[in-house]
Amino acid sequence: MELGVWNYWVVIILMMIGLYTVIARENMIKKIMGLNLFQVSVIMLYITMGKVDGGTAPIVVEASHTASPVIYSNPVPHVLMLTAIVVGVAVTAVGLALVVRIRETYGTIEEAEIAEIEGDAA
Amino acid sequence: MTQLVPLQVVIPLLAAPICLLLRDRRYAYVFSLAVVWATFAVSVALLGQVLGSGPLSYAMGGWAPPFGIEYRVDTLNAFVLLIVAGIAAVVLPAGVGPGSRAAQDGREYIFYTAFLLCLAGLLGVTITGDAFNVFVFLEISSLASYVLVSLGDDRRAFVAAFSYLIVGTIGGTFILIGIGLAYQMTGTLNMEDLAARLPLVTDQRTTRVAFAFLTIGIAIKLAVFPLHQWLPNAYSQAPAVVSAFLSATGTKVAYYLLVRFVFTIFGAGFVFGALHLDAILMPLSIAAMFLGSIAAIYQTDLKRLLAYSSIAQVGYMTLGLSMASIDGLTGGIVHLFNHALMKGGLFLVVACVAERLHSTRLVDLRGLGRRMPITTAAFVIGGLGLIGVPGTAGFVSKWYLVLGALERDSILLAFLILLSSLLAVVYLWRIVELAYFQAPDADAAPIREASSSLIPACVLIAATLYFGIFTEWSAGVARSAAIWLMGGPV
Repeated sequence: MELGVWNYWVVIILMMIGLYTVIARENMIKKIMGLNLFQVSVIMLYITMGKVDGGTAPIVVEASHTASPVIYSNPVPHVLMLTAIVVGVAVTAVGLALVVRIRETYGTIEEAEIAEIEGDAA
Repeated sequence: MTQLVPLQVVIPLLAAPICLLLRDRRYAYVFSLAVVWATFAVSVALLGQVLGSGPLSYAMGGWAPPFGIEYRVDTLNAFVLLIVAGIAAVVLPAGVGPGSRAAQDGREYIFYTAFLLCLAGLLGVTITGDAFNVFVFLEISSLASYVLVSLGDDRRAFVAAFSYLIVGTIGGTFILIGIGLAYQMTGTLNMEDLAARLPLVTDQRTTRVAFAFLTIGIAIKLAVFPLHQWLPNAYSQAPAVVSAFLSATGTKVAYYLLVRFVFTIFGAGFVFGALHLDAILMPLSIAAMFLGSIAAIYQTDLKRLLAYSSIAQVGYMTLGLSMASIDGLTGGIVHLFNHALMKGGLFLVVACVAERLHSTRLVDLRGLGRRMPITTAAFVIGGLGLIGVPGTAGFVSKWYLVLGALERDSILLAFLILLSSLLAVVYLWRIVELAYFQAPDADAAPIREASSSLIPACVLIAATLYFGIFTEWSAGVARSAAIWLMGGPV
């Protein structure tokens, strides 16, 4: 299947949706969701650049099993993204933990309402 | 002795989970103290070796570079390693403070664990010779610093930590995109390999976009104006000890990264010749110098005042970089060192004040000169350094920056550097005025000097005086690093 540069368009659209959500949403959970979307788009960017046309999964195929030389996709970006996924999960975990504490102390996770509470307190 | 190279990172990284298991307040304190001092000793040994016998390289797991991950120590990052580890070694003894929320909950071990993780991450970013490794360690240090910021006493610390997390992650992800695009163009992640192959593809748009993403990502972490807004909130809500550590190391490592990517990986010819980074970075640096200082003048909280002053000081560092000359770069790198001492020391002074006064508002500082004489004197000396008075470390950095400006035949630039220093006089004078020329409240109870943070604060402040007078070492190493970065002989 010929994908051309379509993957990159998807990456950019996902990235912009994510970034917009982070900036525009007041709700902290939605902000974290936007952040996740932003990170996922980068994972897709890396995976796309690792793909070789007609390439297969980079697992060694015995020469006797195939007639023509085997083309492999580049495994390095995949491996890098395993690490990036871990980082993304860790960021989400810390972010959600903070949201829990914010909810416990303020009773809300809307940034505008928190600003209002702090404005009254000051 | 290349085994020292991985130990620099491995010691604090492995110590962090052990610290978490120790639980007990005293054990965790003594253990992490031993760890940061061992780390500092390693960094001293590394700098000694690099200055003596040239760069060190260590192949992680025995996989030879460029395929394996390489740790590489040269004059520049050995110097930064020493600063980071040294600041940690001085700041950690101050501890989290007996009155803090973490201490009252009996959770000091979390502070020490996060501190060690943050240290390991910052050292990792500095020491590694692998671009993707930079991202991983950067996120380790960032995640730990979000936790450290959230340990602040006020509930606003949670909100500040959350905003810091959002902005920091966007910055980190931008760096990740930049590294990915550079990998796409060159097929390598090793920094030396990248430096060899990137010049062949500088006419490609992807390379330029890779550099743009990297620069913006690092600029967010470095708090370059106008990407600085996370910094005042994070530093003012974090415990003062954390502010001392982060302000003295976090932005410094980001500055190191910028220097590394600009000068050794992409090359000054491409960055300044083709892309004209200086045309953007120089106005922004000058704007940071002025607006940061002006914002500091209007603050009513001591921590916030110092945080805004940090933005101005980052402006001096990036100004040195944007000059792209040996003098300018020396000024930037030596200011990295000097500002780490000054701002680390000043925030530790704030930690002393906060421990006794339970407040960092400026109005509560009235008459502090009589109530806590040593602390106040330390603050004044540190403040003189920020202004750049001769005899303090700040003077040395500004001297090189002015030299760099004159080398560009820009009297105006030299004038702006001096003018912005005068703004520092204004915001620091407000504190001197309050502390020495106003009487304390009549009902103010007599207080003693702070317990654990006073000595670390005095050590750093004394260091600013020492390195203001004996400049051969700090400015010498910075200069040899700058000459090497500009392509001269080591």
